Amino acid sequence: MISAKDFLKYLTAGTLFGFVLMKSEVVSWFRIQEMFRFDAFHMYGIIGVAILVGLISIQLIKRFNIKDMGGNDITINPKDSSQVTRYIVGGTMFGLGWALLGACPGPMFALLGSGITIIIVPILAALAGTYTYGALREKLPH
Amino acid sequence: MCNSSTQQTRFTSQQYISFMFEFLTQPWPWYVAGPVIGLTVPLLLIMGGKSFGISENLRHVCASCNVGNVSFFNYDWKKNGAWNLTFLLGVIVGGLLGGVLFANPEPIQLAESTVNDLRELGITDFSGFVPAEIFSWEVLGTGTGFVILVIGGFLVGFGARYAGGCTSGHAISGLSDLQLASLIAVIGFFIGGLLMTHFIYPLIL
Repeated sequence: MISAKDFLKYLTAGTLFGFVLMKSEVVSWFRIQEMFRFDAFHMYGIIGVAILVGLISIQLIKRFNIKDMGGNDITINPKDSSQVTRYIVGGTMFGLGWALLGACPGPMFALLGSGITIIIVPILAALAGTYTYGALREKLPH
Repeated sequence: MCNSSTQQTRFTSQQYISFMFEFLTQPWPWYVAGPVIGLTVPLLLIMGGKSFGISENLRHVCASCNVGNVSFFNYDWKKNGAWNLTFLLGVIVGGLLGGVLFANPEPIQLAESTVNDLRELGITDFSGFVPAEIFSWEVLGTGTGFVILVIGGFLVGFGARYAGGCTSGHAISGLSDLQLASLIAVIGFFIGGLLMTHFIYPLIL
């Protein structure tokens, strides 16, 4: 299923990511409330700098044709921008949920690790949402 | 004089450990956290050509127990999703480390206007990451608790898959790669978020 080496690699990367979600307080329901009220720069600073760092990294990978650890070429699958409906409607539904719950998928799992057990309910509800999308997919405009 | 200053700057291992502990319990400002989150994108690409996205895991879990044999979940989730589910396990471990072992004992320094706003909506507990008025098992049975925890979670899961990604997949990964689709999705995220925060939340709380 997954080699021990890969397991350790991705576990470490996930742990670092989960840790920074906690330390940066991105997991906080209050911080999300603050962000959508435009009352603080904190969340915008984090997202903005993260995108900038990601963008520079991807440009460097492309420019210098950097290979992954397995020696393979790194390719990023482009997203199909012709499906405008799904991005606007799906995105708006996600945004409604993000602000309502005050957490997006990453923070939900980090909060679970920090001992907030009630977050299991939104996680199960998110799984139900994902399943419902999968079942209704053919009937939805994309 | 010279001697005493050398002595002051030389740390014992115990002092070093307590300094590190102190550092790790502090909240990190945006200019420290932003780069670390952004570096997740090249880290996963270099580790094995993987594209960063958390919500994809929800699909992998659905695929692992595809009850109604839905075609959207008919794929080899072990082959495609094992790395991502491992990453997700790490996120839980990171939550434990950052939220329990190295927990910041101080309440979050929020903008005063947000605190005032939320007090007016009836939130009184500002001590943790989430308000106890909403995130508790007792509240789940109330209409407010059900709407926030269950409907909120459902919309996150449904919306993320409909839009083809969440905050990590679209806002961080997609915008980093200058994907127009991600820009449209992120605009959607904010349309929904602003509608909820300013027009719908006051009706719920």
